[in-house]
Amino acid sequence: MSDILTPTEDALAEAPPPTRGGGALRYVLTKIGGGLVSMALVVVLGFLLFRVLPGDVIQTMFRGRPASPELMAEAEERLGLNKPLFEQFLDYLWRLLHGDLGQSYVFNVPVTDKILERLGPTLLLVGVATLIAVALGLWLGTRSAWRRGSRFDRISTGVALALWSTPTFWLGMLLLAATSGLFPTAGIVYSDTAPDFLSQALDVAHHMVLPTITLVAVIYAQYQLVMRSSLLEEMGADYLTTARAKGLRDDLVRRRHAVPNALLPTVTLVFLHLGFVIAGAVSVETVFSWPGLGLLTYDALRVRDLPLLQGTFVVLAGAVILMNVLADVLYRVLDPRVRAS
Amino acid sequence: MRSRRVALGITLLVTALVTVPVAVPAGAPEAHAVSEQQTKILRVGVTQEVDSLNPFISITRTGTDILRTGFDYLTVYNQEDYSPIGSLAESWETSQDKLTWTFKLRDGLKWSDGEPLTAEDPAWTFNKMLDDEVARTANGSYVKQWESVEATDEHTLVIKTKVPQATMLALDIPIVPEHVWSKVADIGAAPQFPMVGSGPYTIQEFKEAQFTKLKANPNFWRGKPKVEELHFIYYRNSDAAVTALQNGEIDLVNRLNPTQFDSLESNPDIARNKAQNRRFNEILINPGAATFDGKPIGDGNPALKDIKLRQAIATAIDSKTLVDKVWGGYAEEAQGYIPPVFGEFAWSPPEDLKREFSLDEANAMLDEAGYRKGPNGVRLDKQGKPLNLRLMTHAEANLDEVAGPFVKGWLAEIGINITLQPLSDNQVNESTTRGEFDLAFSGWNANPDPDYVLSLQTCASRPNAEGKGNTPDSFLCDEEYDELYNQQLQEFDRGKRVDLVKQMQEVLHDRATLVILGYDNALEAYRKDAFEGFPLQPREGGVIMNQQGYWGYYGATPAGEGPVPVFNDDGTASASDAETSEAADEESSNTGVVLAIVGGVILVLLVGGLLFARGRRRTADERE
Repeated sequence: MSDILTPTEDALAEAPPPTRGGGALRYVLTKIGGGLVSMALVVVLGFLLFRVLPGDVIQTMFRGRPASPELMAEAEERLGLNKPLFEQFLDYLWRLLHGDLGQSYVFNVPVTDKILERLGPTLLLVGVATLIAVALGLWLGTRSAWRRGSRFDRISTGVALALWSTPTFWLGMLLLAATSGLFPTAGIVYSDTAPDFLSQALDVAHHMVLPTITLVAVIYAQYQLVMRSSLLEEMGADYLTTARAKGLRDDLVRRRHAVPNALLPTVTLVFLHLGFVIAGAVSVETVFSWPGLGLLTYDALRVRDLPLLQGTFVVLAGAVILMNVLADVLYRVLDPRVRAS
Repeated sequence: MRSRRVALGITLLVTALVTVPVAVPAGAPEAHAVSEQQTKILRVGVTQEVDSLNPFISITRTGTDILRTGFDYLTVYNQEDYSPIGSLAESWETSQDKLTWTFKLRDGLKWSDGEPLTAEDPAWTFNKMLDDEVARTANGSYVKQWESVEATDEHTLVIKTKVPQATMLALDIPIVPEHVWSKVADIGAAPQFPMVGSGPYTIQEFKEAQFTKLKANPNFWRGKPKVEELHFIYYRNSDAAVTALQNGEIDLVNRLNPTQFDSLESNPDIARNKAQNRRFNEILINPGAATFDGKPIGDGNPALKDIKLRQAIATAIDSKTLVDKVWGGYAEEAQGYIPPVFGEFAWSPPEDLKREFSLDEANAMLDEAGYRKGPNGVRLDKQGKPLNLRLMTHAEANLDEVAGPFVKGWLAEIGINITLQPLSDNQVNESTTRGEFDLAFSGWNANPDPDYVLSLQTCASRPNAEGKGNTPDSFLCDEEYDELYNQQLQEFDRGKRVDLVKQMQEVLHDRATLVILGYDNALEAYRKDAFEGFPLQPREGGVIMNQQGYWGYYGATPAGEGPVPVFNDDGTASASDAETSEAADEESSNTGVVLAIVGGVILVLLVGGLLFARGRRRTADERE
């Protein structure tokens, strides 16, 4: 690298050096502390938010089927809904501290079981889709920045933007209608597939094609655009001229010098998005009846299943907070400049 | 040069992505029709998730539909017309004082695991419900007036009630095997699979939000069904379920909307079933809401306490237009409170009571009742205030959305100003339960036994001061109606009870606290290349799915194994003469292709436009 400083590096160099040795630890602890405060807020919000919604839980439960006032009172007592709100909150808090998210009203099973059962399909779908989207986005972003203004740049950026602004639901329905019969319409596996691992895995893969394409199409643009713009920022840097002057091939200049420096903001973005990944696929899950967490949340909201709502809310918000903290910490590890400041 | 090639490649790829699917004809290759040869499977698409397969807990439509095929009852509703007939019970008698019921169970009944099914099993099931409130979760209302249940011998079950109860032949309670359930520690927990049952199928496997698998039960007392496996497959949205039916991924689906139903008409492999449904749709008119002990609540317009005003409003609502415009013809015009599908209890107003839709008539009624027209054409109430009423609608319901403006228009013609109030389902329920409405859309699914929907209009069904503790509907509290209600509850002669129920409907019609809008049809479709047909309930114009019984799934007849059986009340089956499949003329539906083309064109235009814009900007940049 050269010893001539770019303006940013210049400014950073002038920043006062860290005063104490425990800087790294303090940084991490501050971030974790911030995360815990957010989590506490989420816990309180999760309790209050769903109780302000209109509609009485017991009334909703007994609507449309014979029930005497006694039966309704019985149910209210069993669910603890006759207690004062504050007491209900303490119960909820106490259980939460013991890792118990309560019992679903509608499904009559522990919320934790319910969430765990749905976590697998969501992680599989959104995980695979995110991997593909990140890889595709970074690759396309790098190419289009490197050849800025070329036809490739114009087309790929245009397509990415167009897909990004396409409604997920519409794209999913369109793919379903257009590929009619080629791929399964819904679910994660056929009910009559042989129980052995290979057939099951193949069937799951078959079922995943359309939801994955839909999800990738809608989300890859953000990675491409961030990668493109951060690489463009690096393009004029002197160290690239130096690298070229050393006689390096264009490919190598890009791969070894430009991309690693441009990756930083993208990595943060990826991590920030990982938090939303768990919650993020509600519309895709709805179109393709994918038995994941997004679908569960949506259904819980419709039937006013309070414990299930609180549970999913806490878990989903918790994931976002966790990933945020990780992103902050990782950023520091990756970028010496942040460490110095 | 290289980037050029890459760009070309990407362009080709994108073009391919957009156009290839368009080129693939919709519904052509059927990727999934492999396993049909080996086992005869009936795959049913359902659009509602199963809440639980625990017979003591499940209350959803899908859950109870599945449990009905897995567990038998003492009595069931027959296929013909919903009359109660014996199932596990062969006969029954009641004591002089109508407080003791003695059921005789059939000989040789067996559970699916081979254990004998005796009177001890229903006795255990019912006693569990009497002892354990969790076991009362789903069906507690049936046993709330019971004294005791006892199996006096292997075949005899004696139930004593506290008061005479006319609904004892309508006990929708799945009977569970004592030898399995008595070992269950938590009666409300999710059940173990496979489940031991006594219905035509046994529940083998349940995958949450995916599917439930059942297998034919060789020990079912009516005999093994023709279908070997029954799968209920969950679809989150009904468009996907329709596509799945077209692709042959499922064989049967219900709850279609008129558009979907029409789109299947031309498919030669699909038969459709337009059936009478058990739902009635209504508009409530708040007659002055009050709590169960008569204290006024809510904020209903006091003018609506006048029966004349309510009757005029009822006269100004046209069921025929709603049937045509809202339901696209897939509905029946309004008659009585009980839907016509329950022929026995259904009532239609005789000529002299009939309210023909007429805006002139409604205007005349209001003139006569003294509602003068104000300066802007809006009538004034008795206090001289203009008649401004709110009409509460369910924001997500098609009926409310489309019918709301019609009703507003009609009422404007008779000098009543309506403000539409679209709210979420929960909000509508909460507000109506508290009496905070003037007019509101509502509707209920009636049961073969009309007791529940009738009870909704009694004084006792009104809530407490917090608007809780009960489920009111129109807040009617009418002495005559309540008197009739109590009589029918204790009337054991079916003919007399039917009369009483009809009289109640006449009272409801007269009081006009609710206006029946119509009864929408149940729209179903199945693959006729895979299935000959299904027994309908009721036999004429009835449904296949969501029956009040197991007939549709039990009598499912694979193609080539016809005819579809008809189930008689004595437990025998005979061959049907009716052909349920309808003729179709055209090739497969083109909606998919059209959609894809339209979408493709839009996408191409979008991308093209973007590139064009960018190109222009770039040339402009270069010029500078």
